[in-house]
Amino acid sequence: MEKLTKRAAPIDRSPMTLKERIYLPALLKGMSITVGHIFKKKATVQYPEETRPFSPVFRGLHVLNRDAEGRENCTACGLCAVACPAEAITMEAAERKANEKHLYREEKYAARYEINMLRCIFCGACEEACPKDAIYLSETVMPANFTRESFIYKKQDMLIPHPKKDQKA
Amino acid sequence: MRLCTFASWRVKYNALRENYIKMSDNIKVTIDNITIEVPAGTSILEAARKVGGEVAPPTMCYYSHLKGSGGKCRTCLVEVSKGSEKDPRPMPKLVASCRTGVMDGMEVKSMTSEKVLDARKGVTEFLLLNHPLDCPVCDQAGECHLQDLGYDHGWESTRTEFERRTFEPEDIGPNIQLHMNRCIMCFRCVFAAEQLTDYREHGILDRGEHARISTCISKSLDHDFIGNVIDVCPVGALTDKTFRFKQRVWFTKPVDAHCSCTKCKGEVRLWMRGDEVYRVTARKDEWGEVAIASDGKPGWICNECRFEKKKVSDWVIEGPSNISRHSVISQGHYNKTVHEPQIELLAEVIGKEPIMKMDIHDVSDVNKPNVHLNQIQGPAHSEDFK
Ligand code: SF4
Ligand code: SF4
Ligand code: SF4
Ligand code: FES
Repeated sequence: MEKLTKRAAPIDRSPMTLKERIYLPALLKGMSITVGHIFKKKATVQYPEETRPFSPVFRGLHVLNRDAEGRENCTACGLCAVACPAEAITMEAAERKANEKHLYREEKYAARYEINMLRCIFCGACEEACPKDAIYLSETVMPANFTRESFIYKKQDMLIPHPKKDQKA
Repeated sequence: MRLCTFASWRVKYNALRENYIKMSDNIKVTIDNITIEVPAGTSILEAARKVGGEVAPPTMCYYSHLKGSGGKCRTCLVEVSKGSEKDPRPMPKLVASCRTGVMDGMEVKSMTSEKVLDARKGVTEFLLLNHPLDCPVCDQAGECHLQDLGYDHGWESTRTEFERRTFEPEDIGPNIQLHMNRCIMCFRCVFAAEQLTDYREHGILDRGEHARISTCISKSLDHDFIGNVIDVCPVGALTDKTFRFKQRVWFTKPVDAHCSCTKCKGEVRLWMRGDEVYRVTARKDEWGEVAIASDGKPGWICNECRFEKKKVSDWVIEGPSNISRHSVISQGHYNKTVHEPQIELLAEVIGKEPIMKMDIHDVSDVNKPNVHLNQIQGPAHSEDFK
């Protein structure tokens, strides 16, 4: 059969020499590598107590923005959803009523807004597409969880705290 | 004596007839170095559309099915570098191609002329002077001719420092939404109302900078064919209230359908999500105008088809509409990619049926089976999502 790559080397199947057969030299060689690693710098960190330094452009969990008065920025224009390569975002829009002007910045708003974090690849295309500065990828690493259902993030899960009402934030 | 008169009359008649045939003969016109033959009396724009593609100038006010339209917006400006065979002098200024007839031997530059492209850029800037550019909120986004124009010919940013003119929202009936802020004064809707309905109730009020589309003393527009003003409006000034904010056009799937309607031909385009009809419009041709229906006339549709038949059972579906692949509306439709029924390859490879661990519809609040947005008369409000 023709070889798939040029790097494939034939296995040496000649009978073992005495040195190979007594096995100890190979064992010692292996142990020395293992023991050597004990004194090297550890490759892992004790997450979550310890975290690695993040790149300034790290893209983590999404947040939905509000303006200074606490009104939601998102106007359900669907640009993030059309920009998303993973088709993770869905939404449904509604018209703002006269008594909801303090809740939403625009005439139209996202009544439902969901991101399926199982699909999301954290590429940040949604952030770039948004004309209303409404969606940002924060520096929070996506938390792990036991159920798939918990990865469907609804609008309330992503909205930032209200600048006036939620003072603790 | 009498015979003699008859003979001379014959001669005269024949000469006239020959002349007439010559007049109705096709004449040659060269547009962007492409020569075509068109009947005399064709406008430069129609000739350029025959050439097709990018040679055809953009139009915002001209509408081939509406008599008298055109000549308002100047987006269709072209350069005439040779007037005609008889008078080869170029025309001194750029001309509006929708309102200028072709001459024999005329040479026209559309996309090949620097001057034209520059002028289009200027016209686009003028059209956007007072435009709110609220595309994220606007239901026309995705099929808006002004967006296309801005994308092809616009500046990246605005240079105007003056306040844009703004209007209070005005109610012009139960099914049509008027956003006067977005109007570009193309007069198409006025012509449409004039020519498609028996009584026009809206028009242009005031003049110059203050000109606006309105009905006199807040009448509502309710003729059987008035809904077509939505289709002729090149921007989002007139939109369908029954579709208002329901879905962005590029997330709906256009399919051609028909029904037996007594008022119109009943050949329409449905904009669907799943099995729900979100919007009904006339079918459009490649220039964004209402397409010619099977009876050879423009396929205007009546209000009943447009606003009331929002159930799949009202329609006989013919198949997916052909949407230009350059349009955002074609996104995610993967038209003509899958021909054969797909094989369940996954099951074949892993040797068993894959287990569905989660049905997204059990978790998601979007597209709930008990919320039928398409059945709501106007836009949805907070209580519709309770
Ligand atoms: S980060 Fe990328 S994949 Fe995730 S929701 Fe945004 S656009 Fe989609
Ligand atoms: S997050 Fe931004 S891009 Fe996405 S729908 Fe809202 S306003 Fe549009
Ligand atoms: S009319 Fe067109 S350009 Fe104007 S806001 Fe609507 S989509 Fe945007
Ligand atoms: S399309 Fe010719 S002037 Fe508007």
